[in-house]
Amino acid sequence: MKDVREALMVGRNSQGKLVRRPISPHLQVYKPQMSSVSSIFHRITGVALGLGTLLLTLWLVCAASGDGAFSIIQAFLSSWIGLIILFGFTAALFYHFCNGIRHLAWDAGKGFELPAMHNSGRIVFAATAILTVGFWAVGLYIW
Amino acid sequence: MAEFTLPKNSKIGVGKTYKAPAGAKRVKEFKIYRWNPDDGKNPSMDTYEVDLDACGPMVLDAIIKIKNEIDSSLTFRRSCREGICGSCAMNIDGTNTLACLKPIDDVKGAVAINPLPHMPVVKDLVPDLTQAYAQYRSIEPWLQSDTPAPPDGERLQSKEERAELDGLWECIMCFCCSTSCPSYWWNGDRYLGPAVLMAAYRWIADSRDERTGQRLDALEDPFKLYRCHTIMNCTQTCPKGLNPAKAIGKVKQLMLERQG
Repeated sequence: MKDVREALMVGRNSQGKLVRRPISPHLQVYKPQMSSVSSIFHRITGVALGLGTLLLTLWLVCAASGDGAFSIIQAFLSSWIGLIILFGFTAALFYHFCNGIRHLAWDAGKGFELPAMHNSGRIVFAATAILTVGFWAVGLYIW
Repeated sequence: MAEFTLPKNSKIGVGKTYKAPAGAKRVKEFKIYRWNPDDGKNPSMDTYEVDLDACGPMVLDAIIKIKNEIDSSLTFRRSCREGICGSCAMNIDGTNTLACLKPIDDVKGAVAINPLPHMPVVKDLVPDLTQAYAQYRSIEPWLQSDTPAPPDGERLQSKEERAELDGLWECIMCFCCSTSCPSYWWNGDRYLGPAVLMAAYRWIADSRDERTGQRLDALEDPFKLYRCHTIMNCTQTCPKGLNPAKAIGKVKQLMLERQG
C-alpha cells in the first residue's frame, strides 16, 4: 500500500512550479532518551530471542539425532564464540522479561508518570545486568 | 514504512555562517535547518552567532532576533510567544518543544534547531501539518450527544466528571508529541499519533459526550490505535507537561473492558 503522506512530499515554489520537498531529519537528530532507548532494546532483544530460540531448537535436534551431532553443537556452544552468543541470549532474555513486566504495568494503567517511567527503566537495566551476571556466575561455577 | 536514513534530496549539507558583531561578549551559536523551495538545493544547517547580552532569554527570542537583524529569509511559525498557541513547535537540541518556552541557557554549546521530525518541509522550520490536522478531523473532536441540552442552561458536570478532563483539555495541538514518536514516523500514514489519540480520549472521557461506543469503534484498528508501543517519547517531550501515553493507555484499557 502506498504511503498517503507521499502526496504531501510535493509542494510549490514561489513561481508555482512543483518541487519535491525534503523530509525533516528524525533519527539523525532526535536525542536518545530513557523512553526510546528502553523501547528499542525491547524490540532488539525480542528479535534476538527469536533467533536464540532457533539455536535452542537446533541444540535439541542435535541432541535427539545422536552423539555425533550433539558433540559438534556442544563443542560450538562451549567455544568462545558460542559462549558469547549464549551470554547475549541470556542478557536478551532477562531484559525482555524485566521490560515485559514494565509493559504489563503500563497495560494495567500504572507507571505512566515521567519519574516512574525513568525509575522503572533504570531498574530494568540494573536488573538485567544483575540477573545476567548472577546467572553466569552460578552457571560457570557449576560448569 | 520505516526508512531509517534520509532520502537523497533531504540530506543536510553545511550552510553559511553569520559571525557575531565585533565586541559581542556572550556569543551563542545557533545551527538552524534551512531549506528553500526556490533554490533547488538540498537542506543545509546555517550557523548564526548571537550576542546573548542583546537577546531575550528564550530560543524564540533568538530566532526572532536573527530574522530581524541578521537574516530576514529565515522562516518559522510563531504567534503568542507564551506557550499557548503551539505555533513555534520545533526540534531544539534534539527534542521537540516550543521555542518560546525553551530557555537558551538550557542548551549547552551550540543550539541545534530543526523542524518537527519526519515531516514534509514547506520551508526552513515550517513543516506541513496537513496529515496531522486531517487525522485530528477524523476523530470528530467536538461534543456529540443525542440528548438535547437543557433549554435554560448548559450541560452540567459534577466536579469529579470535570476533573476527568484535566490533563487532556490543555493540549494545544503543537504536535511535538506526535513528531517525537518513532511509531508515528514509520506508520503516520495510518497510525493517528499521540496528539490525536489524546484528543480522542478527551471526548471519550467527557461525561457529556454520548458517542463513547462509536468513538472506541472508530479507534479499534491495528494501526490507528495499536501502533502505540508505549515508547513514551510523547510524554517525555510534551512542552505542556501532559501525558499522551497515559491517555492512550486508558483508551486501550477501555477497549479491553468493553470486551467483557
